[in-house]
Amino acid sequence: MAESITKVSIIVSKGSLEGVYPALIMANGARAEGIEANLFFTFFGLDAIIAKRIEHVKVAAVGNPGLHMASLIGVLPGMSAIATRMLERRMDEKDIPGLPEFIELVADAGCGLYGCRASADLFGFTEADFVPQVKAIITVGELYAMAAGGEIIFT
Amino acid sequence: MTTQTLAGVVVERDAEGFLIDPSLWTEAMAEAIAREEGITLTERHWEVVRFMRHAYETTGGGPNVRLLAKTSGIPVKELYSLFPKGPAKTAAKIAGIPKPHGCI
Repeated sequence: MAESITKVSIIVSKGSLEGVYPALIMANGARAEGIEANLFFTFFGLDAIIAKRIEHVKVAAVGNPGLHMASLIGVLPGMSAIATRMLERRMDEKDIPGLPEFIELVADAGCGLYGCRASADLFGFTEADFVPQVKAIITVGELYAMAAGGEIIFT
Repeated sequence: MTTQTLAGVVVERDAEGFLIDPSLWTEAMAEAIAREEGITLTERHWEVVRFMRHAYETTGGGPNVRLLAKTSGIPVKELYSLFPKGPAKTAAKIAGIPKPHGCI
């Protein structure tokens, strides 16, 4: 058998729902397999761990061919909210957790959650702005040190 | 696939160590598989193992971690402290049932 993966560091750089979920699913799946996992949220990806924003992460209604909808319709006010509601309803039917519950799940599963120092400084966020599951705001150097010996996955 | 004697019974196991035939499983076998995983089974471990076994016998498959926590009432955090290498996977292996499917 090929050498198995023992550690993954997953970087979340997108602030849309479809940008955040794959990373959470991969992190959760890693922990379920006994693989060490860390999530590093950077740039707009920070929204997924900002207490005031976590409930409002939305599906991109414009420039998203996956929605199979003309971008011209996507620009109408409220389209992003409608697309998000539709997706959330579908996820609920399939018993996929909502974002706050998913963040709690991966943290409880032992996955480390970290915010990016440069992004937090750029947007003016401090430790108090983050959900309690976040362990720390770290620099890119600290990320590399933490990721040493494992795989880095950028999403 | 390998054939071996586990707690006095000849069994076949897949590449990850899951029993090919769950019906051959015994509680003594559970102890032996747990030892391979570096786990000494406490009563709380047994609660999870029996839960997985029961889920398999009634639904045909063991639950993933989230469903295991939801249906057994044992929190995710505690499940991982009992089975650090993956609660659903490890408990299923110890319970002699197939590896749980599903991504979440």
